[in-house]
Amino acid sequence: MGGMAAPQVAPVQVPDTDEVPASDRPWVTIVWDDPVNLMTYVTWVFQKLFGYSREKAEELMLDVHHKGRAVVSSGARERMEHDASQLHAYGLWATVDRS
Amino acid sequence: MFRRQGDRYVATFAVDEVRVLRKVASEVVGLLTDGFDHTDPVVGRLFPEVYPDDASGTAEFRRYTEGDLKTAKIDQAGAILAALPDEAGGEVRLDAEAAEAWLRALNDARLAMGVRLEIKDGTDLGEELDDAVATDPTSSRVFQLSVYAYLGYLQESLLNALID
Repeated sequence: MGGMAAPQVAPVQVPDTDEVPASDRPWVTIVWDDPVNLMTYVTWVFQKLFGYSREKAEELMLDVHHKGRAVVSSGARERMEHDASQLHAYGLWATVDRS
Repeated sequence: MFRRQGDRYVATFAVDEVRVLRKVASEVVGLLTDGFDHTDPVVGRLFPEVYPDDASGTAEFRRYTEGDLKTAKIDQAGAILAALPDEAGGEVRLDAEAAEAWLRALNDARLAMGVRLEIKDGTDLGEELDDAVATDPTSSRVFQLSVYAYLGYLQESLLNALID
């Protein structure tokens, strides 16, 4: 009698828990630094559009200024596109991306 | 420069200032109507690519939002033209809504001029102006830089009056 063939063991798939399906990840609106917009104006726009406090708006503006960009809102893609188009109406340089 | 008077935002402009403001607001309207061209870097700055790495996503976004955005920008430049005195100096009195339209329109005009003048982070306007004057005091760059600086002061004075 021949020996039983060893059962074939399929390599175990280890789910990568860090990898959330792309479609479930929220989106973000990013504002980029530009050399023209006044710092006080950018702060005012963040307060006006997002209802942020003066402190929060100033912190975001300084992030944009020093780091070159800042995430100003996050959520569903449609919502982010709405935010970006509002920011464009105020002349800020905004893009949308996955977070 | 603007100041607040009760619920109005008030500034007195000399005839030269009225002419300059009329010119820059008209240029923005022209850019958004007859001259509208996505390959123009000024248009690129006023209507940024919302998905820098996704041309079809950007095109889709533009299909839905660009018409409204263009109308809003033409209207806000129009708010400047509508409030200016005709062919003379004089006072401009804005309510809160018109003041915000002016603020956005002054910003659009500065963005457009900033692209044309190649303003960069860290550009020292005073130095730029000195250099331009030294090269040719009658050049259009001297005039454009002066207007750009003036619009910045005007926008800031209006913003300060609104925040106060």
